[in-house]
Amino acid sequence: MDKFFNAVRLDENLCKGCINCIKRCPTGAIRVRNGKAVITKKFCIDCGECIRICPHHAKLPFYDPISILDQFEYTVALPAPSLYGQFNNLDDINIVLTALKGMGFDDVYEVSGAAELVSEMSRKYVEENEDKWPIISTACPSVVRLIRVRFPNLIEHLLPILAPVDLAASLAREKAMKETGLSSEKIGIIFISPCPAKVSAVRTPLGIDKSEVDGVLAIKDVYPRLLSLMKEVEVSGEIEELSISGKIGISWGGTGGEAGGLLTDNYLAADGIENVIRVLEDLEDQKIGMLEFIELNACNGGCVGGVLTVENPFVARVKLKRLRKYLPVARNHINDTNIGAGGSKKVLSPENQDVGKTNKGEANQGMANSNGINRTGLDKTNVYWTHKVKYEPVFKLGMDMKESIAMISKVEELCKEFPGLDCGSCGAPTCKALAEDVVRGVASEKDCIHILRQYIHKISDEISMLDNQNKAITYSNKEDTEKE
Amino acid sequence: MSDKIVLTYQVSADDFTRAGEASSDVKSKLKKMGVKPEIVRKVAIAMYEGEINMVIHANGGSIDVIISPTEISMILEDKGPGIEDIEKAMQAGYSTAPDNIRSLGFGAGMGLPNMKKYSDEMQIESEIGTGTKVTMKVFL
Repeated sequence: MDKFFNAVRLDENLCKGCINCIKRCPTGAIRVRNGKAVITKKFCIDCGECIRICPHHAKLPFYDPISILDQFEYTVALPAPSLYGQFNNLDDINIVLTALKGMGFDDVYEVSGAAELVSEMSRKYVEENEDKWPIISTACPSVVRLIRVRFPNLIEHLLPILAPVDLAASLAREKAMKETGLSSEKIGIIFISPCPAKVSAVRTPLGIDKSEVDGVLAIKDVYPRLLSLMKEVEVSGEIEELSISGKIGISWGGTGGEAGGLLTDNYLAADGIENVIRVLEDLEDQKIGMLEFIELNACNGGCVGGVLTVENPFVARVKLKRLRKYLPVARNHINDTNIGAGGSKKVLSPENQDVGKTNKGEANQGMANSNGINRTGLDKTNVYWTHKVKYEPVFKLGMDMKESIAMISKVEELCKEFPGLDCGSCGAPTCKALAEDVVRGVASEKDCIHILRQYIHKISDEISMLDNQNKAITYSNKEDTEKE
Repeated sequence: MSDKIVLTYQVSADDFTRAGEASSDVKSKLKKMGVKPEIVRKVAIAMYEGEINMVIHANGGSIDVIISPTEISMILEDKGPGIEDIEKAMQAGYSTAPDNIRSLGFGAGMGLPNMKKYSDEMQIESEIGTGTKVTMKVFL
């Protein structure tokens, strides 16, 4: 599959060719050509900004239909913690989970449960890799994709641990295979997602070869079905005890949740793609001092702000806060006899071996071993990235330094010619972007309406000059004939 | 066709919100040119330190960045007060920044040392009352 898969589609019939999306795109991936928006796939990081801004709803998130459940003999729902923030007056997560089973899923496995394991692993990784501080979170696929194309110097800071959804998928599959005796391909692991970026993360994963997620559904598609089913569950009173999450897991749904799970104050959490870019720029220039961890989320408010959610992200965060109030801190821990070298060595490439050298036998510390605690042995599960993310210089101009210098010089020259209004009429978001397009050979200077106007004036002046000359010639010819 | 490019930037005085604009522009251009990430990082950090110095100490100034296939030169020129004792100024932790600047988190005395650390060659010419010219080079 194409390594630059992206999860945003265009409905050409709805696109009016306005400039809203090109202006909003943080990586300058969109142009209007022939009256329609065109996304350059390799520049797109799936942040969803164009989907949010499009007034004509022509930008569509790409995800799976609910009918994907029919493709499997046995299905497991993986609800994202942000799902729980969508409902009014919810005080028992088990109602949502029971309703999911009512929808047709055979089982549920909460992503927030796996998130607590990721928090535990991350704590260790941060502690043992001070030389790589600040460690940058990798749970948001848009952020990882952004760093991959724009911040090569920060790649070494990326947390090389699976995103909670991918760990949840592995664990859910193991559990389902054990319980049903079915083979892997008959089991469908279906993520209920707040954002389409997860679709790309599943189809073209970074850091791992293959995601165990088989399908991605939108929270907004599942939501209306759940509402009525949840009511039924509540009325019947038959609520199954399915939830495995504590405070830490649920908190992952909003900004600061992941960092909070590290139990340190020495972190920064930024959300909103423009803010994320600002933090990464400053981090690259070493303007940010000795932080242990940086949590970044492309969406405002974190995952609750995803384009596939229903509720206002700030309201959703309040709801998550309410839900986790009486929960234990964490209910998922790594079984201390199984983690570490055994599991991780197998999956690590040599360059990344150091991440595998984590621990043995410290998982117990700090957390009370009370009832309702899940101890998960991860000896067979791949929890670390198997390879590093590779820098993709997609924005590069020119094949070698000499050509690049010539191209950048030409860009500078063109920028001086252009009016600097960044009006977007040419289909590029800024004059500078048009200049780069011209240099890349995908646009013309005269796509700028101001340059075109000047050009037309010039031509019309020339034509009228020619016309006058012509008249003068005809006149003198006439005079000549009259004289004769 | 010339095989180098000259970029000129004006650095305004006492405007911390704008300090760093020049270095981030250079950074983004170098990335687009496919310059190795480590080199981009060196140039960006060295130049940002220089830019901040001009804002704090020298009432602004101008920066010429010359990019060629073999090296990147940064020439930072100001009409500020000049550096009294260059050797001292080069010592880590030595600073003449006033308290109001320090309270902003600047003036730790690492400006010139960092500029030296992140560039491959550095030259300072300074005259009291006239100004300072710093030339830094990073080789590709």
